[in-house]
Amino acid sequence: MLFEITLYASLAIFAAGLIYKISNWFRYEIGPDAQGISTSSRISAAARGMISTLFSAKIKTLLRVFLMDVLLQRWLMKRDFLRWLAHICIYSGFMLLLLMHGLDKLITAVLFDEYYSTLNPFMFLRDFFGLVVIIGIGFALYRRLISKAPRPRSTGIDYYAIIILSVIMISGIALEGTKIVSYSRYQEMVEEYSGLGEEETEELRALEAYWVDQFGVVSPNIKGSFENKTLAQGKELHEMSCAGCHSKPQWGFMGYGLATAIRPIALPLDRANVHHLLWYLHFMACFFGLAYLPFSKFFHIFSTPAYLLVDALVEEGRSDPANLITKQAMQVDACTHCGDCTIRCSVAVALDEIPNPNILPSEKLVACKDLLVGKKLSPKRLTRIQEGSHICTDCHRCTDVCPIGINLEYLWSNLDRMLSELGYPKPEAWAREAIGADFDLSNFKEKPLSLTPVDKEFAGALVSSAQASSFSVCFGCQNCTNVCPVVGNYENPKEVLGLLPHEIMHCLALKQKGLAIGSNMLWDCLTCYICQEHCPQGVRVTDVLYELKNLALKHLKEKAA
Amino acid sequence: MKFAIFLGCNIPVRLKQYEMASRAVLKELGVSLADIPEFNCCGYPLRNIDLKAFVLSSARNLALAEKKNLNLLALCKCGYGTFRMAEHLMKENAELRDEVNRILGKEGLRYEGDTQVKHLLSVLFNDVGTKAIRASITRPYENLKIATHYGCHALRPSSIVQFDDPVAPSLFDQLVEATGAESIEWPLKLECCGAPLLGTNDELSWDFTEKKLVDAKRAGAQYLTTGCPFCQVQFDTVQETIKFERGANHHLPAILYPQLLGLCMGIDKETLGLDKNQIDITGIDDFLSM
Repeated sequence: MLFEITLYASLAIFAAGLIYKISNWFRYEIGPDAQGISTSSRISAAARGMISTLFSAKIKTLLRVFLMDVLLQRWLMKRDFLRWLAHICIYSGFMLLLLMHGLDKLITAVLFDEYYSTLNPFMFLRDFFGLVVIIGIGFALYRRLISKAPRPRSTGIDYYAIIILSVIMISGIALEGTKIVSYSRYQEMVEEYSGLGEEETEELRALEAYWVDQFGVVSPNIKGSFENKTLAQGKELHEMSCAGCHSKPQWGFMGYGLATAIRPIALPLDRANVHHLLWYLHFMACFFGLAYLPFSKFFHIFSTPAYLLVDALVEEGRSDPANLITKQAMQVDACTHCGDCTIRCSVAVALDEIPNPNILPSEKLVACKDLLVGKKLSPKRLTRIQEGSHICTDCHRCTDVCPIGINLEYLWSNLDRMLSELGYPKPEAWAREAIGADFDLSNFKEKPLSLTPVDKEFAGALVSSAQASSFSVCFGCQNCTNVCPVVGNYENPKEVLGLLPHEIMHCLALKQKGLAIGSNMLWDCLTCYICQEHCPQGVRVTDVLYELKNLALKHLKEKAA
Repeated sequence: MKFAIFLGCNIPVRLKQYEMASRAVLKELGVSLADIPEFNCCGYPLRNIDLKAFVLSSARNLALAEKKNLNLLALCKCGYGTFRMAEHLMKENAELRDEVNRILGKEGLRYEGDTQVKHLLSVLFNDVGTKAIRASITRPYENLKIATHYGCHALRPSSIVQFDDPVAPSLFDQLVEATGAESIEWPLKLECCGAPLLGTNDELSWDFTEKKLVDAKRAGAQYLTTGCPFCQVQFDTVQETIKFERGANHHLPAILYPQLLGLCMGIDKETLGLDKNQIDITGIDDFLSM
């Protein structure tokens, strides 16, 4: 009963989730071209595209991509043979288990008249496929946890995938092992299949002896060595009633291995009905995995093949623009979080100093998705995404390396656009406004500066490079300001720039943080180093301005947090 | 002579011709190059954001080259200046250097400071030499007037970058003269192209670009030559933008130095990627002697 209820409930959630996720492909709007094309026209364009493909020469492309890229995953094999092996192990082992074992009533029993899950080859294959999956999981864990090679960033979604698969596999093996040793399970089978009555004690004893000796059952009544005569009788009874649908459990080698190990505690386990509990755990884990699949990393089982097929067929300039937009929207879901982009990322190295995962393309994509579905993000999160997004140097490496060809660069430029629309543009442009609001220089104009208390911490913050403290030797000659090409570009530079370079150096000597980081001069500095080159006192003016920009951005970051 | 070539983030995507031409020219001149695919951002764009992140980013590249026992050849002036600054900061601040090494150590790297950083132009001038360059030229230019744009981050701060005399540099001019072209004198030669402000203050950025174009043109330049992707994009792509946005057509095409040199060495236009420039420069071969 519970089995049926959970099965149908999880199937219903799975189907609804799948429909919802696929509908997103027709609803996400990425880029300006997507505006004004309705969801319904995108769906009908997709339907037209699919039908016309099926009746055209493109069907060959479709079949080729399906065989080589979807089934055999040639793109992954070319890149990294070990990873391909791990992936193909998990994927093929699990699919075969699902088809032969999970859906046995629907598939295996229909194809084979003689099907019993306890009969060979099915009994052996179940364990064999399970072993293949476990080997794959082993590779995946090794790669994520132990391997010293450039590593992808593992997050909850990756560990969830590994954990749910492991729970399904381990509970399955444990179920098999505890059933092999279970005396109560043995008795159920005897009642059901042997045709022996309670009064036939000698026969019952002989059969039990045979199963204890040969099939690993742990009996509370008998153990140890048996007479050959008893075993021969037991064997005869076994062949008559049992052998037709039960192979030797040794063929289920993983379960049998476990059964051997737990023999000493087999009786208490049986009394506690552990194999029943494991059965619940096993099918509940499977159904949970099924229901949650559309929302987990496993959705890539659908989205990645779908994207690979669509990508092979839909081309810019030749296909319906509505389908191009749908293809772009699919990209966001096609990501398998493999982390190749992050390994290749040119600025990922900064993560150790700027601990913001949004720097990494594989994580930035999650932010992209959240913004696309219209999630309301907190200013704090937006500030973090803004920082991550703008550290990107647009070097295109993530896009070049994506194994399934997601155009990440295109997504990033749209992420920048979305962020700008929300009021989070490039930090340097943003800082000019945001800092201006915090440290309005006009507030300082009319009143004399108070020299106490000074912000001592502020002066200290500048010595992260010894050079920045060089401002203390400034004697106010104004050379820096006089040679500055930015200052020279304006009729009235103070109006545009706020404080000029030499004045900023004065502020530092006076430890006036608000004045020093509130000046527009910081954000309009060309970093051409002419001022620094011309300072007779060796003040490293440009370097100081660089560090003040760092401090200003840090101030804004702390404020957002 | 062998270097690890550092391409940075921009060249492979936006200025492929710089890489193509540099490789072709260096090969002719007997300089061999090694590629290190693990290289990352030089740290230049991080300087505005976080000093330590910039030094770390720079140092990782230096440590990678060091591991291969190679000196580094940068094509970008900003990248060159950034590497030199990072070296300087780590020399000056042992604490910073230790912290960087602690992080690099996580992937088995270490920065010792054994790798020398050089810019393409300094390799051509100091390691190859103008004599060898002259010898490799088959058809020198005639009657061609070139304005050399030095680029700020290679020249200054001079005590740290040590590229050339910061007030009266001549390295680039000598390289240009080696091709037979005339390197003209122009007042704004050593000023900034405006690139660092592109994206944060476009108007101001364009002001500098325009000033330089006007000045070089007034001094009689037919072409402007660069040795940095930022400067080149500014004088090529952005010059076109300025034409469109401000209606100001200065028409002073920019050519990358290895393109200029390669052409008179007899390397074909396709290899030098001449057709990849936004402003047409293919007419420059009219100046080659017969």
